[in-house]
Amino acid sequence: MSGLSDHWAGLSPVAQQFWIAVLKVAVIFNVLLGLFSFMTYAERRLLAFMQFRLGPNRTGPFGVLQPIADGIKLFFKEEVIPEGANRWVFVAAPAVAVVAAFLSIAVVPYGGPGLFQIADLEVGILYLFAISSLGVYAIVMAGWAANNKFTMLGGLRSAAQMFSYELALGLSWVGLIMLAGSFRIQDIVTAQKGGLGLLNWFCVVQFPAFIVYLIAATAEVNRTPFDLPEAETELVAGFHTEYSSMRFALLQMAEYVNMITVAAVGTSLFLGGWLSPLPLLPDSPLWFFVKFGLLLFFFIWLRGTLPRFRYDQLMHFGWKVLVPVATLWILVTAGLVTAGVPGFRR
Amino acid sequence: MELFEAILFYVFAGLSLLSAVVMVAQRNPLYSAFALLVTICSLSAIFGLLGSPFIAALQIVVYAGAIMVLFLFVLMLLRVGREEPEPGRQRVLKTVAIGLGALLLAQLGAVIAGIRPQVARGFDASTRSMARVLFSPQYVYVFEATSILIVGALVGAVVLARKEP
Repeated sequence: MSGLSDHWAGLSPVAQQFWIAVLKVAVIFNVLLGLFSFMTYAERRLLAFMQFRLGPNRTGPFGVLQPIADGIKLFFKEEVIPEGANRWVFVAAPAVAVVAAFLSIAVVPYGGPGLFQIADLEVGILYLFAISSLGVYAIVMAGWAANNKFTMLGGLRSAAQMFSYELALGLSWVGLIMLAGSFRIQDIVTAQKGGLGLLNWFCVVQFPAFIVYLIAATAEVNRTPFDLPEAETELVAGFHTEYSSMRFALLQMAEYVNMITVAAVGTSLFLGGWLSPLPLLPDSPLWFFVKFGLLLFFFIWLRGTLPRFRYDQLMHFGWKVLVPVATLWILVTAGLVTAGVPGFRR
Repeated sequence: MELFEAILFYVFAGLSLLSAVVMVAQRNPLYSAFALLVTICSLSAIFGLLGSPFIAALQIVVYAGAIMVLFLFVLMLLRVGREEPEPGRQRVLKTVAIGLGALLLAQLGAVIAGIRPQVARGFDASTRSMARVLFSPQYVYVFEATSILIVGALVGAVVLARKEP
Protein backbone atom coordinates (compact mmCIF):
# COMPACT_ATOMS: atom_id res chain seq x y z
CA MET A 1 0.00 0.00 0.00
CA SER A 2 2.79 2.41 0.92
CA GLY A 3 4.46 1.55 -2.39
CA LEU A 4 1.35 2.74 -4.19
CA SER A 5 1.17 6.03 -2.28
CA ASP A 6 4.89 6.64 -2.90
CA HIS A 7 4.33 6.02 -6.56
CA TRP A 8 1.36 8.43 -6.50
CA ALA A 9 3.40 11.20 -4.88
CA GLY A 10 6.08 10.72 -7.52
CA LEU A 11 3.67 11.40 -10.37
CA SER A 12 3.48 14.83 -11.97
CA PRO A 13 0.36 16.93 -11.18
CA VAL A 14 -0.88 16.45 -14.73
CA ALA A 15 -0.62 12.67 -14.44
CA GLN A 16 -2.36 12.79 -11.05
CA GLN A 17 -5.21 14.80 -12.56
CA PHE A 18 -5.42 12.32 -15.39
CA TRP A 19 -5.69 9.29 -13.11
CA ILE A 20 -8.24 10.99 -10.84
CA ALA A 21 -10.36 11.71 -13.93
CA VAL A 22 -10.04 8.11 -15.14
CA LEU A 23 -11.04 6.82 -11.70
CA LYS A 24 -14.05 9.14 -11.51
CA VAL A 25 -15.22 8.07 -14.96
CA ALA A 26 -14.79 4.40 -14.11
CA VAL A 27 -16.70 4.69 -10.83
CA ILE A 28 -19.58 6.71 -12.26
CA PHE A 29 -19.83 4.52 -15.34
CA ASN A 30 -20.15 1.39 -13.23
CA VAL A 31 -22.56 2.99 -10.79
CA LEU A 32 -24.73 3.98 -13.75
CA LEU A 33 -24.65 0.43 -15.11
CA GLY A 34 -25.69 -0.91 -11.73
CA LEU A 35 -28.38 1.72 -11.37
CA PHE A 36 -29.69 0.84 -14.84
CA SER A 37 -30.17 -2.83 -13.97
CA PHE A 38 -31.68 -1.92 -10.63
CA MET A 39 -34.10 0.50 -12.32
CA THR A 40 -35.41 -2.20 -14.65
CA TYR A 41 -36.24 -4.27 -11.55
CA ALA A 42 -37.60 -1.34 -9.53
CA GLU A 43 -39.78 -0.18 -12.39
CA ARG A 44 -41.34 -3.59 -12.95
CA ARG A 45 -41.96 -4.15 -9.24
CA LEU A 46 -43.36 -0.69 -8.54
CA LEU A 47 -45.59 -0.76 -11.62
CA ALA A 48 -46.81 -4.18 -10.55
CA PHE A 49 -47.75 -2.90 -7.08
CA MET A 50 -49.55 0.08 -8.60
CA GLN A 51 -51.54 -2.31 -10.77
CA PHE A 52 -52.27 -4.85 -7.99
CA ARG A 53 -49.85 -7.42 -9.39
CA LEU A 54 -46.75 -8.96 -7.88
CA GLY A 55 -44.15 -8.41 -10.60
CA PRO A 56 -40.92 -10.43 -10.84
CA ASN A 57 -40.46 -11.96 -7.35
CA ARG A 58 -38.99 -15.41 -7.99
CA THR A 59 -35.31 -14.81 -8.75
CA GLY A 60 -33.51 -14.32 -5.44
CA PRO A 61 -35.02 -12.59 -2.37
CA PHE A 62 -37.95 -10.41 -3.53
CA GLY A 63 -36.78 -11.03 -7.10
CA VAL A 64 -33.79 -8.68 -6.86
CA LEU A 65 -31.69 -10.99 -9.03
CA GLN A 66 -34.13 -10.61 -11.92
CA PRO A 67 -31.93 -8.07 -13.85
CA ILE A 68 -29.03 -10.57 -13.77
CA ALA A 69 -31.26 -13.32 -15.13
CA ASP A 70 -32.50 -10.94 -17.83
CA GLY A 71 -28.95 -10.01 -18.73
CA ILE A 72 -27.85 -13.63 -19.07
CA LYS A 73 -30.91 -14.43 -21.17
CA LEU A 74 -30.26 -11.53 -23.54
CA PHE A 75 -26.60 -12.50 -23.86
CA PHE A 76 -27.44 -15.96 -25.13
CA LYS A 77 -30.25 -14.95 -27.46
CA GLU A 78 -29.77 -15.18 -31.18
CA GLU A 79 -28.78 -11.97 -32.88
CA VAL A 80 -31.04 -11.27 -35.85
CA ILE A 81 -30.31 -8.62 -38.46
CA PRO A 82 -33.09 -8.31 -41.05
CA GLU A 83 -32.05 -9.10 -44.60
CA GLY A 84 -33.13 -5.78 -46.11
CA ALA A 85 -31.53 -3.79 -43.33
CA ASN A 86 -28.64 -1.42 -43.79
CA ARG A 87 -26.08 -3.39 -41.77
CA TRP A 88 -23.74 -0.56 -40.83
CA VAL A 89 -26.37 1.86 -39.63
CA PHE A 90 -28.30 -0.94 -37.92
CA VAL A 91 -25.24 -1.97 -35.90
CA ALA A 92 -24.14 1.61 -35.18
CA ALA A 93 -27.50 2.87 -33.86
CA PRO A 94 -27.46 1.14 -30.42
CA ALA A 95 -23.84 2.20 -29.89
CA VAL A 96 -24.69 5.83 -30.67
CA ALA A 97 -27.67 5.62 -28.32
CA VAL A 98 -25.58 4.34 -25.41
CA VAL A 99 -22.73 6.80 -25.96
CA ALA A 100 -25.09 9.77 -26.12
CA ALA A 101 -26.89 8.55 -23.00
CA PHE A 102 -23.74 8.10 -20.94
CA LEU A 103 -22.09 11.37 -22.00
CA SER A 104 -24.57 13.75 -20.37
CA ILE A 105 -24.05 12.57 -16.80
CA ALA A 106 -20.46 13.87 -16.91
CA VAL A 107 -21.42 17.44 -15.99
CA VAL A 108 -23.90 16.65 -13.22
CA PRO A 109 -22.49 17.49 -9.78
CA TYR A 110 -23.57 15.24 -6.92
CA GLY A 111 -21.57 17.13 -4.32
CA GLY A 112 -19.57 20.29 -3.81
CA PRO A 113 -16.89 21.47 -6.27
CA GLY A 114 -13.93 19.19 -6.81
CA LEU A 115 -14.21 15.44 -6.51
CA PHE A 116 -17.96 15.05 -6.90
CA GLN A 117 -18.28 15.71 -10.61
CA ILE A 118 -16.47 14.40 -13.67
CA ALA A 119 -16.18 17.72 -15.51
CA ASP A 120 -17.12 21.16 -14.18
CA LEU A 121 -17.60 22.73 -17.61
CA GLU A 122 -18.00 26.47 -18.01
CA VAL A 123 -20.87 25.74 -20.43
CA GLY A 124 -22.27 22.74 -18.55
CA ILE A 125 -25.90 23.46 -19.31
CA LEU A 126 -25.21 24.00 -23.01
CA TYR A 127 -23.25 20.76 -23.06
CA LEU A 128 -26.29 18.96 -21.68
CA PHE A 129 -28.43 20.53 -24.37
CA ALA A 130 -25.93 19.54 -27.08
CA ILE A 131 -25.70 15.92 -25.98
CA SER A 132 -29.45 15.52 -25.57
CA SER A 133 -29.89 16.75 -29.14
CA LEU A 134 -27.49 14.04 -30.32
CA GLY A 135 -29.68 11.32 -28.81
CA VAL A 136 -32.16 11.81 -31.66
CA TYR A 137 -29.69 10.35 -34.14
CA ALA A 138 -29.70 6.91 -32.58
CA ILE A 139 -33.47 6.64 -32.82
CA VAL A 140 -33.65 7.95 -36.37
CA MET A 141 -30.83 5.63 -37.43
CA ALA A 142 -32.39 2.60 -35.73
CA GLY A 143 -35.78 3.36 -37.24
CA TRP A 144 -34.47 3.84 -40.74
CA ALA A 145 -31.87 1.05 -40.90
CA ALA A 146 -34.22 -1.84 -40.17
CA ASN A 147 -36.08 -1.25 -43.44
CA ASN A 148 -39.44 -1.79 -41.79
CA LYS A 149 -42.52 0.45 -41.91
CA PHE A 150 -43.19 0.25 -38.19
CA THR A 151 -39.66 1.11 -37.16
CA MET A 152 -39.55 3.89 -39.74
CA LEU A 153 -42.74 5.45 -38.41
CA GLY A 154 -41.53 5.03 -34.84
CA GLY A 155 -38.22 6.67 -35.69
CA LEU A 156 -39.82 9.62 -37.49
CA ARG A 157 -42.35 10.17 -34.73
CA SER A 158 -39.66 10.06 -32.15
CA ALA A 159 -37.45 12.52 -34.00
CA ALA A 160 -40.34 14.98 -34.38
CA GLN A 161 -41.24 14.57 -30.72
CA MET A 162 -37.71 15.05 -29.43
CA PHE A 163 -37.28 18.09 -31.66
CA SER A 164 -40.42 19.72 -30.35
CA TYR A 165 -39.84 19.03 -26.68
CA GLU A 166 -36.13 19.83 -26.76
CA LEU A 167 -37.15 23.41 -27.46
CA ALA A 168 -39.33 23.59 -24.35
CA LEU A 169 -36.61 21.81 -22.36
CA GLY A 170 -34.01 24.39 -23.38
CA LEU A 171 -36.37 27.31 -22.75
CA SER A 172 -37.14 26.05 -19.24
CA TRP A 173 -33.44 26.48 -18.36
CA VAL A 174 -33.13 30.10 -19.49
CA GLY A 175 -34.61 31.53 -16.28
CA LEU A 176 -32.11 29.56 -14.18
CA ILE A 177 -29.22 30.82 -16.27
CA MET A 178 -30.42 34.40 -15.78
CA LEU A 179 -30.71 33.95 -12.00
CA ALA A 180 -27.40 32.13 -11.57
CA GLY A 181 -25.59 34.32 -14.11
CA SER A 182 -23.68 31.30 -15.36
CA PHE A 183 -23.89 28.24 -17.57
CA ARG A 184 -21.92 26.24 -15.02
CA ILE A 185 -24.10 23.69 -13.27
CA GLN A 186 -22.17 23.97 -10.01
CA ASP A 187 -22.96 27.74 -10.02
CA ILE A 188 -26.63 27.03 -10.64
CA VAL A 189 -26.70 24.67 -7.65
CA THR A 190 -24.98 27.17 -5.34
CA ALA A 191 -27.29 29.95 -6.59
CA GLN A 192 -30.11 28.02 -4.88
CA LYS A 193 -28.45 28.36 -1.50
CA GLY A 194 -30.12 30.73 0.92
CA GLY A 195 -31.50 31.27 4.38
CA LEU A 196 -34.82 29.63 3.60
CA GLY A 197 -33.57 26.16 2.72
CA LEU A 198 -35.82 24.46 0.24
CA LEU A 199 -37.85 27.63 -0.41
CA ASN A 200 -34.76 29.00 -2.17
CA TRP A 201 -34.64 26.16 -4.65
CA PHE A 202 -35.49 26.87 -8.26
CA CYS A 203 -38.45 24.47 -8.16
CA VAL A 204 -40.11 27.13 -5.98
CA VAL A 205 -38.58 30.32 -7.39
CA GLN A 206 -38.92 29.08 -10.98
CA PHE A 207 -42.04 26.97 -10.47
CA PRO A 208 -43.47 27.27 -14.03
CA ALA A 209 -40.06 26.43 -15.49
CA PHE A 210 -39.87 23.38 -13.21
CA ILE A 211 -43.23 22.08 -14.47
CA VAL A 212 -42.20 22.70 -18.09
CA TYR A 213 -38.93 20.88 -17.42
CA LEU A 214 -40.65 17.84 -15.91
CA ILE A 215 -43.07 17.52 -18.84
CA ALA A 216 -40.48 18.18 -21.54
CA ALA A 217 -37.97 15.83 -19.91
CA THR A 218 -40.52 13.03 -19.78
CA ALA A 219 -41.18 13.53 -23.47
CA GLU A 220 -37.49 13.84 -24.25
CA VAL A 221 -36.74 10.40 -22.80
CA ASN A 222 -39.81 8.85 -24.47
CA ARG A 223 -41.60 7.78 -21.33
CA THR A 224 -45.30 7.45 -20.69
CA PRO A 225 -47.46 9.46 -21.30
CA PHE A 226 -45.20 10.44 -24.21
CA ASP A 227 -43.95 7.00 -25.26
CA LEU A 228 -45.45 7.27 -28.76
CA PRO A 229 -42.27 6.15 -30.55
CA GLU A 230 -42.89 2.69 -29.17
CA ALA A 231 -46.67 2.68 -28.94
CA GLU A 232 -47.22 -1.10 -28.95
CA THR A 233 -50.80 -0.94 -30.06
CA GLU A 234 -49.97 0.93 -33.26
CA LEU A 235 -46.31 0.36 -34.05
CA VAL A 236 -45.44 -3.08 -32.57
CA ALA A 237 -42.44 -1.68 -30.65
CA GLY A 238 -41.55 1.42 -32.66
CA PHE A 239 -37.95 2.00 -33.60
CA HIS A 240 -36.57 -1.07 -31.83
CA THR A 241 -39.00 -3.60 -33.33
CA GLU A 242 -36.29 -5.42 -35.30
CA TYR A 243 -33.65 -5.43 -32.59
CA SER A 244 -32.88 -8.54 -30.59
CA SER A 245 -30.36 -9.86 -28.11
CA MET A 246 -27.69 -7.47 -26.77
CA ARG A 247 -28.43 -4.70 -29.27
CA PHE A 248 -31.96 -4.59 -27.89
CA ALA A 249 -30.47 -4.52 -24.39
CA LEU A 250 -28.25 -1.59 -25.40
CA LEU A 251 -31.23 0.41 -26.65
CA GLN A 252 -33.09 -0.33 -23.41
CA MET A 253 -30.01 0.68 -21.45
CA ALA A 254 -29.84 3.99 -23.32
CA GLU A 255 -33.49 4.69 -22.46
CA TYR A 256 -33.00 4.00 -18.76
CA VAL A 257 -29.74 5.93 -18.57
CA ASN A 258 -31.50 8.86 -20.26
CA MET A 259 -34.18 8.73 -17.60
CA ILE A 260 -31.52 8.59 -14.88
CA THR A 261 -29.82 11.59 -16.49
CA VAL A 262 -32.91 13.78 -16.66
CA ALA A 263 -33.64 12.92 -13.02
CA ALA A 264 -30.07 13.84 -12.02
CA VAL A 265 -30.18 17.05 -14.07
CA GLY A 266 -33.57 17.98 -12.63
CA THR A 267 -32.21 17.42 -9.12
CA SER A 268 -29.24 19.71 -9.78
CA LEU A 269 -31.05 22.46 -11.62
CA PHE A 270 -34.34 22.66 -9.75
CA LEU A 271 -34.11 20.73 -6.48
CA GLY A 272 -30.91 22.28 -5.18
CA GLY A 273 -28.61 19.37 -6.00
CA TRP A 274 -26.52 18.54 -2.95
CA LEU A 275 -27.92 21.41 -0.81
CA SER A 276 -29.87 20.48 2.30
CA PRO A 277 -33.61 21.25 2.43
CA LEU A 278 -33.45 22.81 5.91
CA PRO A 279 -31.04 25.64 6.79
CA LEU A 280 -29.97 23.83 10.00
CA LEU A 281 -28.79 20.60 8.35
CA PRO A 282 -25.42 20.43 6.57
CA ASP A 283 -25.17 20.16 2.78
CA SER A 284 -24.03 16.77 1.61
CA PRO A 285 -23.97 14.49 -1.46
CA LEU A 286 -26.48 12.38 0.45
CA TRP A 287 -29.20 14.96 -0.23
CA PHE A 288 -28.50 14.69 -3.93
CA PHE A 289 -29.17 10.96 -3.89
CA VAL A 290 -32.36 11.33 -1.83
CA LYS A 291 -33.87 13.88 -4.24
CA PHE A 292 -32.59 11.96 -7.23
CA GLY A 293 -34.30 8.79 -5.95
CA LEU A 294 -37.56 10.68 -5.44
CA LEU A 295 -37.47 12.01 -9.01
CA LEU A 296 -36.78 8.53 -10.38
CA PHE A 297 -39.75 7.23 -8.41
CA PHE A 298 -41.81 10.09 -9.82
CA PHE A 299 -41.09 8.96 -13.39
CA ILE A 300 -42.17 5.39 -12.60
CA TRP A 301 -45.23 6.68 -10.76
CA LEU A 302 -46.15 8.74 -13.83
CA ARG A 303 -45.96 5.64 -16.00
CA GLY A 304 -48.28 3.78 -13.65
CA THR A 305 -50.80 6.63 -13.61
CA LEU A 306 -51.22 8.29 -16.99
CA PRO A 307 -52.45 6.91 -20.31
CA ARG A 308 -50.60 7.62 -23.54
CA PHE A 309 -51.18 10.80 -25.51
CA ARG A 310 -52.40 10.75 -29.09
CA TYR A 311 -49.83 11.98 -31.60
CA ASP A 312 -51.68 15.18 -32.60
CA GLN A 313 -52.33 15.95 -28.94
CA LEU A 314 -48.63 15.57 -28.25
CA MET A 315 -47.60 18.00 -30.99
CA HIS A 316 -50.35 20.46 -30.09
CA PHE A 317 -49.36 20.41 -26.43
CA GLY A 318 -45.67 20.80 -27.13
CA TRP A 319 -45.88 23.70 -29.54
CA LYS A 320 -48.98 25.56 -28.44
CA VAL A 321 -48.83 25.16 -24.68
CA LEU A 322 -45.35 24.32 -23.40
CA VAL A 323 -43.29 26.60 -25.65
CA PRO A 324 -45.48 29.72 -25.12
CA VAL A 325 -45.60 29.13 -21.35
CA ALA A 326 -41.82 28.72 -21.18
CA THR A 327 -41.27 31.83 -23.33
CA LEU A 328 -43.65 33.94 -21.26
CA TRP A 329 -41.94 32.80 -18.07
CA ILE A 330 -38.58 33.89 -19.50
CA LEU A 331 -40.04 37.38 -20.06
CA VAL A 332 -41.45 37.46 -16.51
CA THR A 333 -38.14 36.31 -15.01
CA ALA A 334 -36.20 38.84 -17.05
CA GLY A 335 -38.54 41.59 -15.85
CA LEU A 336 -38.26 40.53 -12.21
CA VAL A 337 -34.46 40.26 -12.41
CA THR A 338 -34.20 43.73 -13.98
CA ALA A 339 -36.53 45.21 -11.35
CA GLY A 340 -34.42 43.56 -8.62
CA VAL A 341 -37.32 41.82 -6.87
CA PRO A 342 -36.09 39.91 -3.75
CA GLY A 343 -35.40 36.29 -4.64
CA PHE A 344 -34.77 37.27 -8.24
CA ARG A 345 -31.66 39.23 -7.53
CA ARG A 346 -28.38 37.83 -8.67
CA MET B 1 -0.50 19.03 -21.02
CA GLU B 2 0.59 20.85 -24.16
CA LEU B 3 1.68 17.61 -25.79
CA PHE B 4 -1.67 16.08 -24.88
CA GLU B 5 -3.53 19.02 -26.44
CA ALA B 6 -1.36 18.87 -29.56
CA ILE B 7 -2.14 15.17 -30.01
CA LEU B 8 -5.88 15.83 -29.60
CA PHE B 9 -5.68 18.73 -32.04
CA TYR B 10 -4.05 16.62 -34.76
CA VAL B 11 -6.47 13.75 -34.18
CA PHE B 12 -9.52 15.97 -34.57
CA ALA B 13 -8.03 18.01 -37.40
CA GLY B 14 -7.28 14.79 -39.30
CA LEU B 15 -10.73 13.42 -38.53
CA SER B 16 -12.47 16.57 -39.75
CA LEU B 17 -10.48 16.58 -43.02
CA LEU B 18 -11.00 12.88 -43.60
CA SER B 19 -14.74 13.03 -42.97
CA ALA B 20 -15.04 16.13 -45.17
CA VAL B 21 -13.42 14.20 -48.03
CA VAL B 22 -15.72 11.23 -47.40
CA MET B 23 -18.71 13.56 -47.41
CA VAL B 24 -17.87 14.87 -50.88
CA ALA B 25 -16.74 11.55 -52.36
CA GLN B 26 -19.64 9.47 -51.07
CA ARG B 27 -22.41 8.61 -53.55
CA ASN B 28 -24.98 7.71 -50.91
CA PRO B 29 -26.40 11.01 -49.58
CA LEU B 30 -27.17 9.41 -46.22
CA TYR B 31 -23.54 8.48 -45.65
CA SER B 32 -22.57 11.98 -46.74
CA ALA B 33 -24.82 13.36 -44.03
CA PHE B 34 -23.19 11.13 -41.41
CA ALA B 35 -19.72 12.17 -42.61
CA LEU B 36 -20.68 15.84 -42.31
CA LEU B 37 -21.86 15.11 -38.78
CA VAL B 38 -18.40 13.75 -37.92
CA THR B 39 -16.85 16.89 -39.42
CA ILE B 40 -19.05 19.12 -37.29
CA CYS B 41 -18.26 17.21 -34.11
CA SER B 42 -14.50 17.33 -34.80
CA LEU B 43 -14.69 21.07 -35.45
CA SER B 44 -16.51 21.46 -32.16
CA ALA B 45 -13.72 19.55 -30.41
CA ILE B 46 -11.15 21.89 -32.01
CA PHE B 47 -13.07 24.95 -30.78
CA GLY B 48 -13.05 23.38 -27.32
CA LEU B 49 -9.27 22.88 -27.50
CA LEU B 50 -8.86 26.53 -28.53
CA GLY B 51 -10.46 27.52 -25.22
CA SER B 52 -13.90 28.49 -26.48
CA PRO B 53 -16.35 26.01 -24.99
CA PHE B 54 -19.31 28.25 -25.85
CA ILE B 55 -18.68 28.08 -29.59
CA ALA B 56 -17.94 24.36 -29.25
CA ALA B 57 -21.31 23.72 -27.60
CA LEU B 58 -23.17 25.94 -30.07
CA GLN B 59 -21.56 24.09 -32.97
CA ILE B 60 -23.14 20.86 -31.74
CA VAL B 61 -26.47 22.36 -30.65
CA VAL B 62 -27.11 24.26 -33.87
CA TYR B 63 -25.44 22.21 -36.60
CA ALA B 64 -25.40 18.65 -35.29
CA GLY B 65 -28.47 18.87 -33.09
CA ALA B 66 -30.82 20.84 -35.31
CA ILE B 67 -29.75 21.30 -38.92
CA MET B 68 -28.25 17.87 -39.59
CA VAL B 69 -31.17 16.08 -37.93
CA LEU B 70 -33.49 17.88 -40.34
CA PHE B 71 -31.29 16.86 -43.29
CA LEU B 72 -31.32 13.25 -42.15
CA PHE B 73 -35.04 13.41 -41.50
CA VAL B 74 -35.75 14.50 -45.07
CA LEU B 75 -33.28 12.04 -46.61
CA MET B 76 -34.87 9.17 -44.74
CA LEU B 77 -38.44 10.29 -45.30
CA LEU B 78 -37.93 10.61 -49.07
CA ARG B 79 -35.85 7.42 -49.16
CA VAL B 80 -33.12 9.03 -51.26
CA GLY B 81 -30.93 6.33 -52.71
CA ARG B 82 -27.48 6.20 -54.30
CA GLU B 83 -26.84 8.90 -56.85
CA GLU B 84 -25.83 7.51 -60.22
CA PRO B 85 -23.66 9.78 -62.37
CA GLU B 86 -25.24 10.97 -65.62
CA PRO B 87 -22.89 10.03 -68.49
CA GLY B 88 -23.44 13.13 -70.66
CA ARG B 89 -22.89 15.82 -68.07
CA GLN B 90 -19.94 14.08 -66.51
CA ARG B 91 -17.27 15.52 -68.84
CA VAL B 92 -18.43 19.13 -68.44
CA LEU B 93 -18.64 18.77 -64.66
CA LYS B 94 -15.18 17.24 -64.47
CA THR B 95 -13.62 20.07 -66.52
CA VAL B 96 -15.29 22.71 -64.36
CA ALA B 97 -14.27 20.89 -61.17
CA ILE B 98 -10.62 20.63 -62.25
CA GLY B 99 -10.57 24.33 -63.20
CA LEU B 100 -12.08 25.49 -59.92
CA GLY B 101 -9.88 23.11 -57.93
CA ALA B 102 -6.75 24.51 -59.60
CA LEU B 103 -7.88 28.05 -58.82
CA LEU B 104 -8.47 27.15 -55.18
CA LEU B 105 -5.09 25.45 -54.92
CA ALA B 106 -3.39 28.51 -56.39
CA GLN B 107 -5.10 30.78 -53.86
CA LEU B 108 -4.19 28.44 -51.02
CA GLY B 109 -0.58 28.35 -52.20
CA ALA B 110 -0.46 32.14 -52.36
CA VAL B 111 -1.81 32.42 -48.83
CA ILE B 112 0.59 29.83 -47.43
CA ALA B 113 3.55 31.47 -49.19
CA GLY B 114 2.62 34.83 -47.64
CA ILE B 115 2.45 33.60 -44.04
CA ARG B 116 4.89 35.14 -41.59
CA PRO B 117 4.76 33.12 -38.34
CA GLN B 118 3.71 35.23 -35.40
CA VAL B 119 2.80 34.39 -31.83
CA ALA B 120 -0.85 35.22 -31.20
CA ARG B 121 -1.54 37.58 -28.35
CA GLY B 122 -3.49 36.27 -25.37
CA PHE B 123 -7.12 36.03 -26.35
CA ASP B 124 -10.04 35.60 -23.97
CA ALA B 125 -12.58 33.33 -25.67
CA SER B 126 -14.73 32.67 -22.59
CA THR B 127 -18.50 32.92 -22.73
CA ARG B 128 -18.54 36.15 -20.73
CA SER B 129 -16.10 38.01 -22.96
CA MET B 130 -17.86 36.68 -26.05
CA ALA B 131 -21.18 38.02 -24.79
CA ARG B 132 -19.54 41.40 -24.02
CA VAL B 133 -18.36 41.66 -27.62
CA LEU B 134 -21.59 40.38 -29.14
CA PHE B 135 -23.79 42.79 -27.20
CA SER B 136 -21.45 45.77 -27.47
CA PRO B 137 -22.79 48.73 -29.51
CA GLN B 138 -20.57 47.60 -32.37
CA TYR B 139 -22.43 44.35 -32.98
CA VAL B 140 -25.73 44.53 -31.13
CA TYR B 141 -27.64 46.02 -34.09
CA VAL B 142 -26.34 43.34 -36.43
CA PHE B 143 -27.32 40.74 -33.85
CA GLU B 144 -30.86 42.14 -33.56
CA ALA B 145 -31.18 42.45 -37.34
CA THR B 146 -30.23 38.78 -37.69
CA SER B 147 -32.87 37.74 -35.17
CA ILE B 148 -35.50 39.73 -37.09
CA LEU B 149 -34.38 37.95 -40.24
CA ILE B 150 -34.80 34.56 -38.55
CA VAL B 151 -38.26 35.45 -37.24
CA GLY B 152 -39.19 36.57 -40.77
CA ALA B 153 -38.02 33.22 -42.17
CA LEU B 154 -40.04 31.39 -39.50
CA VAL B 155 -43.20 33.31 -40.31
CA GLY B 156 -42.59 32.67 -44.01
CA ALA B 157 -42.24 28.92 -43.41
CA VAL B 158 -45.48 28.82 -41.42
CA VAL B 159 -47.35 30.75 -44.11
CA LEU B 160 -46.06 28.45 -46.85
CA ALA B 161 -46.84 25.29 -44.90
CA ARG B 162 -50.34 26.41 -43.89
CA LYS B 163 -53.25 24.66 -45.58
CA GLU B 164 -55.61 26.92 -47.48
CA PRO B 165 -58.61 27.72 -45.29
